[in-house]
Amino acid sequence: MSTATFPTQTDAAAESERSLRMYRRMVMIRRFEEHVNDLYTRALMPGLAHLYIGEEAVAVGVCEALRPDDYITSTHRGHGHCVAKGAALDRMFAELLGKEAGYCKGKGGSMHIADPATGNLGANAIVAGSAGIATGAALAAKRLGNGRVCVCFFGEGALGQGVLYEVMNMAALWKLPVVYLCENNLYNEYTHYSDTTAGDILTRATGFGLRAESVDGQDVRAVYAMAQQLVDRAREGAGPSFLMANTYRFLGHHVGDVSRDYYRSKQEEQNWKGERDPIQVLREWVVSQGFPAANLDEIQEEVRSEMEKAVAFAIAAPYPPVNQVDQDVYA
Amino acid sequence: MPETLTATREITMGEAVREALAEEMRRDPRVFVLGEDVAEAGTAFKVLNGLVNEFGPERVLDTPISEAGFTGIAVGAAMTGMRPVVDIMFGDFIGLTMDQMVNQAAKVHYMSGGKWKVPMVMRTTLGATRRSAAQHSQSLHAWFCHIPGLKVVLPSTPYDAKGLMKSAIRDENPVVFFEDKMMFRLKGPVPADEYTIPLGVADIKREGDDVTIVATSSMVQVALGAAAMLEEYGISAEVIDPRTLWPLDEKTLIESAKKTSRVIVVDEGYGRYGATAELASVIAEGAFFDLEAPVKRIGAMHVPIPFSPPLEDATVPTEKAVFEAARVLLGKN
Repeated sequence: MSTATFPTQTDAAAESERSLRMYRRMVMIRRFEEHVNDLYTRALMPGLAHLYIGEEAVAVGVCEALRPDDYITSTHRGHGHCVAKGAALDRMFAELLGKEAGYCKGKGGSMHIADPATGNLGANAIVAGSAGIATGAALAAKRLGNGRVCVCFFGEGALGQGVLYEVMNMAALWKLPVVYLCENNLYNEYTHYSDTTAGDILTRATGFGLRAESVDGQDVRAVYAMAQQLVDRAREGAGPSFLMANTYRFLGHHVGDVSRDYYRSKQEEQNWKGERDPIQVLREWVVSQGFPAANLDEIQEEVRSEMEKAVAFAIAAPYPPVNQVDQDVYA
Repeated sequence: MPETLTATREITMGEAVREALAEEMRRDPRVFVLGEDVAEAGTAFKVLNGLVNEFGPERVLDTPISEAGFTGIAVGAAMTGMRPVVDIMFGDFIGLTMDQMVNQAAKVHYMSGGKWKVPMVMRTTLGATRRSAAQHSQSLHAWFCHIPGLKVVLPSTPYDAKGLMKSAIRDENPVVFFEDKMMFRLKGPVPADEYTIPLGVADIKREGDDVTIVATSSMVQVALGAAAMLEEYGISAEVIDPRTLWPLDEKTLIESAKKTSRVIVVDEGYGRYGATAELASVIAEGAFFDLEAPVKRIGAMHVPIPFSPPLEDATVPTEKAVFEAARVLLGKN
């Protein structure tokens, strides 16, 4: 909640600390995804890889507003959410490579990373598939009185799924502590969202009585500030909200989606990458505040080395023994 | 039924389900019911009458008509510390919940490498002959039996309904509990004392030597009726109710098949690719060399359930059909 007082020295220190923390997280996600791209193209990673590059500020800004025990649900494009919520990089990579040391013992893979320790209810490969789960977690949090909030991440493609509106209706009826976080990266796979989405998006949420906001998803400080408001009000019992973060998927729908001319121009991509890169946007702000750029470079270097260790761990890690295939079907 | 349980009353199937829910809700504050018209209305079938008075509207939670949404909410609540019992009024409506059950509830445990659990129950109905036509009469339990990660329960008596419901609620997995909507008023003995029935244990409803009739849910009474008719012809029929289609008590089915060497499987779901097909295969694989004849399957006729009473009645397996099938199997027709 904002207060009427002027920022103090402590506020400024806290803000700069937060900015550096968010910078580090965004760089982690960027480097993570670059490694995923590399592992995938070197045929070391099986399956599908949907990269979050360009959207880092959304996950990082939102998760900065969450407590460690708050819940998130994620999507097929979910690596960024998991990292932002505090997942360990080595176990993330191990899962992506199908290794036993991975978060799901290799049974989930890129699209299903889940981790109770960080409140990650799981990434979901059904579009809007976790809308019910997120709302149910919010219902449980309210019933159990544990003060937790759940953020339901989904892309704007999920706006086409009816279940999203069913649960938003119930969340509003029952004043549940859930934030529906719509990452509008403009494209439902290979189709511009304007071809699939009628009317005004925010009024879909306000129609149910949710508070609805939109935010510049390339500005992590703006995302954090707005998310903090919505998370706080959810925690205080004021009910659900809907936040649309306007962002851009710098790369294809998945790693193999390299020829994108038929649905968007190279110029459009260049504009976003050149002018609206969330890491660059924050960097410029931090430097403008008098923070030495060299320290940011140091963060980049630290992340780079951390990432290389994590990748090496995953590559060296063993696959699960085949006799694990029928374990964990039932609890 | 254990003879030591003396305080046995006659109650209906609906009352048995309600008692199971109420007892579990008293025992465990995490248990709650949600669905359409579950509170003041006590459901369309009045099975939950009075439950809201004891537990209040938060634990007997009326929902909008949003089956997918509230089933999904149950999945999330189950993962995070609650034990929801979802009420789906008519089994036909499970189509609306399929993604939540099949892609979410059933897979969360496995996909997360065993980290998250989904201890929830979906209560719903099956059974035709209520003159409710094609979208309120189907028996679709086989759909869920096909999916790893789900358990499927089909009680046929008040006693079984109560004991199985209590086990379903205590189970750590998603369990789908099908109740025959025509049997809610069926009365039967139910002990007043606490008991549970484990999932995965078949019950021999009637012992016999000449033919085994494996029957589920609504078809158990049909099978018992057929067995009584067969007795008059000097044919001794054994009636076995698997009670849960998954987990499945294969051993009891196979042992009975080996004993009688002739088996009929009867289930109110569609025969084609249905529960009867799986049960017949399990028996054929497990008792092949002891069988005198191929296992006979009897299921619902493969048509959408019609409205007109004589047409609808023609789609459901009857005592007479089972009786005739047994006589053919025994060469005594």
